[in-house]
Amino acid sequence: MEEHFQHLYQALSQVDGYIYPNEIDLHWGLMIVLYPYITGLVAGAFILASLERVFHVKVLKPTYGIALLTALAFLAVATMPLVSHLQHPLRSYEIFMTPNSTSAMAIFGFVYLWYLMAVLLLEIWFDYRRDFVIWSKTSTGFKKIFYKLITLGINDTDEKSAKLDDRLGYFITVVGIPSAFLLHGYVGFIFGSIKANPWWSTVLMPIIFLFSAMVSGVALVMLIYMVVSWIRKVEIDMKCLDTIAKYLFYILLIDFVLESLDQIHRIYEAEESFDIIKVLVNGKLYITLVLMQWGIGTWIPLGVIGLFQFYKPSEKIKKAAYFIVGIFVLVGIFFMRWNIVIGGQLFSKSLSGFTTFTAVYSGMEGYLMAAVWLIIPLFILAFLLWLMPPWKKISYQE
Amino acid sequence: MGTKGINNRRKFFKASAAIIGGSIAMSIMKPFELMAQKKDESENIETDKLPLWGMGVDIERCVGCGKCAEACKIENDVPKEPFYFRTWVEQYTVKKDGEVKIESPNGGIGGLKQSVPDDDIFKSFMVPKLCNHCTNAPCVQACPVGATYISPEGVVLVDDSYCIGCSYCIQACPYGARFMNPFTKVADKCTFCYHRISDGLQPACVEVCPTDARIFGDLHDKKSDLVKFLQKNPTEVLKPHLNTKSRVFYNGLSSEVR
Repeated sequence: MEEHFQHLYQALSQVDGYIYPNEIDLHWGLMIVLYPYITGLVAGAFILASLERVFHVKVLKPTYGIALLTALAFLAVATMPLVSHLQHPLRSYEIFMTPNSTSAMAIFGFVYLWYLMAVLLLEIWFDYRRDFVIWSKTSTGFKKIFYKLITLGINDTDEKSAKLDDRLGYFITVVGIPSAFLLHGYVGFIFGSIKANPWWSTVLMPIIFLFSAMVSGVALVMLIYMVVSWIRKVEIDMKCLDTIAKYLFYILLIDFVLESLDQIHRIYEAEESFDIIKVLVNGKLYITLVLMQWGIGTWIPLGVIGLFQFYKPSEKIKKAAYFIVGIFVLVGIFFMRWNIVIGGQLFSKSLSGFTTFTAVYSGMEGYLMAAVWLIIPLFILAFLLWLMPPWKKISYQE
Repeated sequence: MGTKGINNRRKFFKASAAIIGGSIAMSIMKPFELMAQKKDESENIETDKLPLWGMGVDIERCVGCGKCAEACKIENDVPKEPFYFRTWVEQYTVKKDGEVKIESPNGGIGGLKQSVPDDDIFKSFMVPKLCNHCTNAPCVQACPVGATYISPEGVVLVDDSYCIGCSYCIQACPYGARFMNPFTKVADKCTFCYHRISDGLQPACVEVCPTDARIFGDLHDKKSDLVKFLQKNPTEVLKPHLNTKSRVFYNGLSSEVR
């Protein structure tokens, strides 16, 4: 407690202008930055998988399974930063027991559950069911037990059952696309619906969140596909990689246009809050917004992928460039979340001053914990890839 | 084999649909809410016969002594550190060059002192702030579990035993009137001293104000001091464009105040 007070006294000494006295404590920290970041990765990865399945973009096939498992691995921890940030985490189940129907946050719980249970798990199950049956006959130990259990007693492997799985899986993907849109658009609404905060309160917020989610998810799957291929020592399918990069380019462009539209709208309307937001963007958010989010996260990736549409370098250079671009995009979107969540709390609702954000290394809200929540999904993904490798699936035709 | 498989799957779907449908139905019907919140009791109360509490603030009378903020902290066990306030007083100083200086060291506790030299001052005034007990309270709308609610007498309250501590209400409040209590770890705010007004007493801040700058009363009672204050003075609420329909009314509110 004393440490917390010391932290706040330090923040108090750094207040610039006037802020309401209750605003010295920033209530949402790193964990709430991670929450939309991770949820966005899930939605983006799923939408990339859906492109292959629903829109028959066959060239993306090598990434389909990886994308689905990536979505699941990150979805498994998506709510953890949120719960760990609660002052009373043990009461979190109340969101499901007695949800307040007017609360954006309460309804998110149901959107999340719907997406996890009805969409992602079912789709993966239908995609793998037949393989589980086949693998359960050839493997031993834990894997055998797991495969046997997860088939839920449905052991057909004939053509009819394979076709039925495929049809149902397709149907779920079709339902899944609007669900993924809903999942992340909804996260945007949690911020966009707060009229008290002019930095958040924009009708474009859900759609900006949605496109930034797709950007981050596509970049993540691209990176994971490259890394998995290197580890497996198999050739990266360059056509697939080029196509992903092209999608990344278009979605990033739309995302940037939407965000610019939001900024231009703010500048042109120049409402009451404009003066303080101008100071915020040119001051406290300059490095994270202009440099990290726009420079590193948007302009460089757009420039590099855009260049590759005209200039065709060697595969080696391309791979390296895509890898760096993927990392840059992920960093950029992380800072996009940062700029929304932290940026929105740096200025006072009195519109007359600023507080500061000083992150800590240890504790539930610290950098270390944030790193943990970002690394755990990678371990889950590694486990899932070991347990149900998409490249070992046996299609019926074979 | 195939037909059997399809039947198996049909059963599986039926079971899944029952579980998912059941969960959704349970959530919509909220069977636990009656136990947890006893909402039905408050719904049966005829609110017309109850008072509708509100407050008037006469800016012209406030001298910035900060006694209200101090009394509030003592009465309501608000942490003493200068980051937690259920009520505070802001000092506005408009300088001759047009610059507006706003100050509220320690929420005004101990008395506000002018830091701008007299010669530079165009005008100066004090503005007491507190929860506005909005009719359309954004905090109540945002609370994911319904732990913050409007009492039948129009007072916005927090159920300490129920709040999950997500801070969403704090983000949703346009007035900065809420804080996270570091000891109880739940959202904390002005209750109009609900424990006092329920016993026919005045809120602590009103009780101690030496200049009667705060007028507490029943908006339903046409003879109450508050209703008379609203009749006599042109009053305004804070941030009216947000349509929160606040029940704290200010007389003499200058356009610099937010």
